[in-house]
Amino acid sequence: MSQMRHLLSIEDLERPDIERILDRARAFTEVSEREIKKVPALRGRRVLNLFYEASTRTRSSFELAAKTLSAEVINFVSSGSSVEKGESLKDTVQTLSAYQPDLIVVRTPHVGAAGLVAQWTPAAVVNAGDGKHEHPTQALLDVHTLRERLGALDGAKIWIVGDVMHSRVARSNVLAFSKLGAEVTVCGPPTLIPRNFEALGCAVEHTLDRLGEADVVYALRMQHERMADSFVPSLREYAAVYQIDGRRLGPRQVLMHPGPVNRGVELAAEVIDSPQALIGQQVAAGVVVRMAVLYELLTGRTAGDRTPTTPQYA
Amino acid sequence: MTGPHELGGADVPRLFFRETPPADLLIRGAHVVDPRTGIDGRHDVLVRAGEIAEIGAPGALEAPAGAEVVDGEGRHLLPGFVDPHVHFRAPGQEHKEDLDSGTRSAAAGGFVAVVAMPNTAPTVDDASVLRALREAARREARVPTGFMAAVTRGLRGDALTEMAELRAEGALGFTDDGKPVWRAVMLRKALQYQKLCGGVIALHEEDPSLSGNGAMHEGVVSARLGLAGIPSISESTMIARDAAIARYEGGRIHAQHLSARESVEAVAEAKARGVRITCEASPHHLTLTDEALLETLDTRLKMNPPLRTDDDRQALIDGLRDGTIDCVATDHAPHAREEKEVPFEEAPMGTTGLETAFPVLYTELVVPGVLPLGLVVEKLSAGAALLDLPLPRIKRGAPANLCLVDLEARWEVGESGYESRSENSAFAGRTVQGRVLVTVAAGAVAYRERAFALSAA
Repeated sequence: MSQMRHLLSIEDLERPDIERILDRARAFTEVSEREIKKVPALRGRRVLNLFYEASTRTRSSFELAAKTLSAEVINFVSSGSSVEKGESLKDTVQTLSAYQPDLIVVRTPHVGAAGLVAQWTPAAVVNAGDGKHEHPTQALLDVHTLRERLGALDGAKIWIVGDVMHSRVARSNVLAFSKLGAEVTVCGPPTLIPRNFEALGCAVEHTLDRLGEADVVYALRMQHERMADSFVPSLREYAAVYQIDGRRLGPRQVLMHPGPVNRGVELAAEVIDSPQALIGQQVAAGVVVRMAVLYELLTGRTAGDRTPTTPQYA
Repeated sequence: MTGPHELGGADVPRLFFRETPPADLLIRGAHVVDPRTGIDGRHDVLVRAGEIAEIGAPGALEAPAGAEVVDGEGRHLLPGFVDPHVHFRAPGQEHKEDLDSGTRSAAAGGFVAVVAMPNTAPTVDDASVLRALREAARREARVPTGFMAAVTRGLRGDALTEMAELRAEGALGFTDDGKPVWRAVMLRKALQYQKLCGGVIALHEEDPSLSGNGAMHEGVVSARLGLAGIPSISESTMIARDAAIARYEGGRIHAQHLSARESVEAVAEAKARGVRITCEASPHHLTLTDEALLETLDTRLKMNPPLRTDDDRQALIDGLRDGTIDCVATDHAPHAREEKEVPFEEAPMGTTGLETAFPVLYTELVVPGVLPLGLVVEKLSAGAALLDLPLPRIKRGAPANLCLVDLEARWEVGESGYESRSENSAFAGRTVQGRVLVTVAAGAVAYRERAFALSAA
């Protein structure tokens, strides 16, 4: 199997790639449980976090993952930087590439931007969210969490509930869960599920009537700004129809959420705090899975590999 | 459209270009195709003082003293193309294109007349701007260039331009292209005023409340990519609305750049009811689909209206064949490299199109036998009639508006750059068949392909 150069989307991965990365994540779990939480695997490597959007857990877990593997980490956030002086993404990436990073973690509000960064830098690139397109490391950590809980995803029925339209997590997770053999259903208001979404290989539902079939209930964050464009008439009505609460969540079902949770909107307090919720496990998985991703992309790479992919404009 | 009260009638000049010495040319032995005159066979064509002086059997005509002989052997001679829809960015955005580079691009594509849109900076919504453009065209334009004026001031949609004065100063017609005339009452008033001043009203058909912040066609591909979609109905519902208004007022409208099956149906229904409506389709909508974006999110494939599905593309081809679609228009929309070298959602809409129009239509539609060559050639100049401009014809006594093409030549789009100042071609990197060798516009040689010019010398 050829080595991965970048992690830009789940679409690019095959099931064995996902399993290889997650087997390594499992092996890394032990490191996080040590008294000295550090191994020298990536000593001397430079990881650059380039974040154009606010992020707490994704950025800090990448940082923690890199540091645990002894890599150097530079954080570049858009506020207070040259971006505010009008520098283009291309110029920023080329400037930062002069620092010779081995890997760039990038989050932007724009679909496909991580792919562009990969064209403009010799470094490996990890997509930490590109607009509403994909968030592949979130999907990997979610698969990891479920593998640890269920053993395997084959045949598991997973319902992803909420604002599918504006969710890169939904896109990456539908692809990842189905690649691992799960049967995925997305459920939400018709205004918040894109037309033709079943093309991603999932079923589409608009009510929770058949939620009982699910082994896993994955709730998405419902953002308040969606009200402004009439995607839903009110949060009250949304919660009445789609909120996962103690009545709707069955005793054998597990509950997941990418965070941060809007308590009382997509999830009721009683389910967040229930033992069925894997939300804390997801956060913990974020570190080991990102360690495995960094390891996958950075080991075995030599200076000779550090050539950019073909630029968009030759 | 001429009526008893029309201001600025037929005597007002509406095409402008740099005076160039008329050509004396003998084009020998080319296969001449002109669907309007019915000519389809090998002939010698003699151009004297910019006019088609004689058409004879191959080898029958003698070159008069001083005339240049062009070897047409194995090549095709076609009536030159007319593009009713280009963006030349002057005034105000000359870093993308200007009248000189834009008309060089047009000539290189075989176009003998082009019509520039008014969404410039400032907008062509005032006679002084139009006069300045006219004068610039007389200095710079290599092929005859006409100008559309805005329907509403600043394209803002809330007040009519001085349409009568603009017509008297040479405006071919009116359009807020780039934006719809979104308030129905403004279109109604413009169509009422059209009775006074004439001039077609060309419409960019889009309901902005439906297209929102969409960046591509709404469908399977946008669902996969997580990009906000522009639904087909944002176009077709506006066409239906505007056709109803035009019918009520008896006005004449032209729907620009059709992209969706529903839109072709809306135009066909309106035509069947007798509405005075015409429409155009672009080479990129006729040959590309949104699937191309799955391979690469190339910003050169971002335009408005967006590339749609293969079903939409087939409907456009059928529309061209059955006459629902009246003409081909490129919507040549140059943008600077730094403007397009950004994430897809941030990039401006538009692709260049003049230099690739004929080759891509020939390669994708004529070579595989989807459409006959004659139909494509006819549709590539039919836009002239919609704007009351003369149609290029290959016949004795007609002004020479010709292009000589090599239908066998294969080349890669962009391999040796572009005549346009911008390089945002949706077809960049594709291999196409058919190359324009010589363009004669309004009697003067406007373009010679470099290698061909050298071989002839």
